[in-house]
Amino acid sequence: MVDITKAFPGVVANDRVTFEVRRGEVHALLGENGAGKTTLMNILYGLYQADSGEIYLYGKRVRIRSPRDAIRHKIGMVHQHFKLVPRHTVAENVVLGLEGSPFLNPARSVERRIVELGERYGLKVDPKAYIWQLSAGEQQRVEIIKALVRGADILILDEPTSVLTPQEAEELFKILRRMVEEGHSVIFITHKLDEVMAVADRVTVMRRGKVVATLPTAGVDKPTLAKMMVGREVVFRLQKAVCRRGSEALVVEDLWTLSDRGLPALKGVSFSVCRGEILGIAGVAGNGQRELVEVITGLRRATRGRVVVLGEEVTNRDPRRIADKGVAHIPEERLRMGIVPEMSVAENLILKKHHRPPFCRGFFLDLRAVRRFAETAIEEYGIMTPSAQTPAKLLSGGNIQRLILARELSGEPALVIAAHPTYGLDVGATEQIRQILLRQRERGAAILLISEDLEELVSLADRIAVIFEGEIMGEVVPEEASLEEIGLMMAGEKRGVRA
Amino acid sequence: MKRVGPFVFERRLAPTRTAILGYSLLAILAALAIMSVIFWAYGVSPIKAYSVIGRTTLGTRFGLMEILRRTIPLLLCGVGLVIAFRAKFWNIGAEGQLLAGAVAATWVALFSGIPAPWKIPAMFVLGFAAGALWGIIPALLKVKLQVNDVISTLMMNYIMIYIVDWLIHGPWKGPTMRGFAYTDIFPKDAWLPTLPLSRVHWPTLVIGVAAAILAVLILNRTRLGYEIRVVGESEGAARYAGINFLRVSLAVMILSGGLAGLAGVGEVAGIHHRLLSPTQVSMGYGYTAIIVAWLARGSPGVAIVTSLFFGLIFAAGDVIKTVLRMPFQVTGVLNGLILFFLIGVEPLMHWRVRLFPKGERWTGKAGSSGS
Repeated sequence: MVDITKAFPGVVANDRVTFEVRRGEVHALLGENGAGKTTLMNILYGLYQADSGEIYLYGKRVRIRSPRDAIRHKIGMVHQHFKLVPRHTVAENVVLGLEGSPFLNPARSVERRIVELGERYGLKVDPKAYIWQLSAGEQQRVEIIKALVRGADILILDEPTSVLTPQEAEELFKILRRMVEEGHSVIFITHKLDEVMAVADRVTVMRRGKVVATLPTAGVDKPTLAKMMVGREVVFRLQKAVCRRGSEALVVEDLWTLSDRGLPALKGVSFSVCRGEILGIAGVAGNGQRELVEVITGLRRATRGRVVVLGEEVTNRDPRRIADKGVAHIPEERLRMGIVPEMSVAENLILKKHHRPPFCRGFFLDLRAVRRFAETAIEEYGIMTPSAQTPAKLLSGGNIQRLILARELSGEPALVIAAHPTYGLDVGATEQIRQILLRQRERGAAILLISEDLEELVSLADRIAVIFEGEIMGEVVPEEASLEEIGLMMAGEKRGVRA
Repeated sequence: MKRVGPFVFERRLAPTRTAILGYSLLAILAALAIMSVIFWAYGVSPIKAYSVIGRTTLGTRFGLMEILRRTIPLLLCGVGLVIAFRAKFWNIGAEGQLLAGAVAATWVALFSGIPAPWKIPAMFVLGFAAGALWGIIPALLKVKLQVNDVISTLMMNYIMIYIVDWLIHGPWKGPTMRGFAYTDIFPKDAWLPTLPLSRVHWPTLVIGVAAAILAVLILNRTRLGYEIRVVGESEGAARYAGINFLRVSLAVMILSGGLAGLAGVGEVAGIHHRLLSPTQVSMGYGYTAIIVAWLARGSPGVAIVTSLFFGLIFAAGDVIKTVLRMPFQVTGVLNGLILFFLIGVEPLMHWRVRLFPKGERWTGKAGSSGS
């Protein structure tokens, strides 16, 4: 792939990326979320079309307009989220959409092949089993078999270990080694350094849509890769007043919870945040950050441990009770949680406060108070909207976030939980939102800042805790820590003796 | 943006008022056009059919009164369904809730022994309560056990239909009815007053219009209405805001079921003056009210207009039966056709259609499909 560029509205996901895979190698594609790894592979698999750039296969220029083209060129992809029909059997899933299968009883025709491939690569799976009966690891094997039955020589795996247990991951690596010995090529998208070192022959590191380097794994160590992945030392710092730490606003003790899939998402997390302080939580997305926020705000049940807000235990309390105690929540999913898209700006500004004076008196809403509040909030936070009656869905991303901040920060909350507050926003909005958070800190609010943007964490936070697979790997003070150290913890290295 | 033949379709963020009105009318006209074919197949000239229907319903006092009479249950059920649908609670059970109200009213009229001046108020109060009870059950099932609301509300209809059937064939069968499956006639003090020379039981009509106005107020001006809208528009935001789903679902179904229950009171106390076979009590008002609410697009005020429209269609059904000598079931066919076309034009409302200018080249840019 040469000079691939792909832009989406607002971001350049791939900026003149050149990427090469050799026959018979496992090639890791390493980078943080949003670095452009998956976009690049989606282009190779024909799901997206590149704006510019060329793709060559074995020296010949090819055009890949759809996954069908990709399959014809012997490229297969296993997505992060499996695309299987749960109520069908393994064989039925494999044969689905397969060209040249018989009309009657097509599943029978591939059963032999599934067993054969299973023996050859160690992909053990019963062709007659139903998908819903299989574990995540087994389902992944079905996906790999699907690709192999379609003749894939180049296999793309998008974050294949994110759903696997460590033992299953070990199994997968063995399978991949077996496959490259047979002459296949494997592209392995990941953000975990251990996996790169364990399975890959070469690695390409991507950051912010660009390739940083392509190296043989034999010659590099993890710290070097970590640094390449998270980027340069921070260039600009915000003007930040000295931290005046007050009383503890949030204490989390030995917190455990389950993910939506029922697996442990938090495994004994403990920390505290004081008033007037910003605690940053660093980590690659999907390591328990979302669950952490949800447990603190009452949206998810803790299975063990305690959450204490302003000295009062609120573990597994009703979300409204927690919010009413002065906990502001700037949610990760702005459109799905943060606003009601069809409702007006004014109505969105009172969400969570709609049941209390001045907005609600008895049974009725005080529409005058609602309107007055909207006018001041729009003015104060510079929300660009045609009017307070405009549906919130018509606002731009930055203005939606301003709306959410205006709502959450009104009434001087004691604790602010901000999840990825500047994710996907333009520079201006990002700047403004960071300033707002710093002002809240000076006012004496405790802030828990969850972010994937290390630069943001380093410039805003007073302390940074790093989370990996539901555990806090360590805590650093940004002025003293190197990005390398944080990067290593983000990739699963526990902090050494210095803790 | 898409191109189909000479037309270009551009996606709109929200359908405009004109688009909604225009396409709805188009759908109704299309349904009437297909209906013409059915008239024709029956050997009735469609032009004659429509002119007879128009003259006898809209052209006479009796016709107008019949439209109003049919409008009453549709309005009450329709307003209730609008409220439920705003919270995305798919109440398909207005029919059963209506019958529950009818049963409660019958009990008050025949068996309660409540003294005369209190009888009619008691019928309305208990009718509302019975309909609400029939609505609460699916609400509890949905919130507590994640039972699909469409299926549970629909099934509750059949339970109530058979309860009514059992009552009129069994314990409540009227001794003076010479073996017919009715209850006895209600005493006169349990009859609702009607407008002179008509079957329009006006107290129920007044309640219906008041319910529509109250529903507008509730949805737009109260904390409950606000929560109903948040739950309906975004479950994620409702959870985030700590809104209690159980409370909102119960409130919505109490209102929705209760209003349908009032419609049932009106039918037995205002028109039949006894409890009889479920199909005769309701004639599918609870189902037609779904279309009434759908057409009203979440606005209880608009439900007044749409229920009048379907009142007209029911009245037309009577004309079709008596004057044109076709089966009354034809109304069901017409209702179905209208709903079919209304759902069919729905996607169109979200697109702006314009003619593709001649001579220009199609580039397909600006937010094409894919990704």
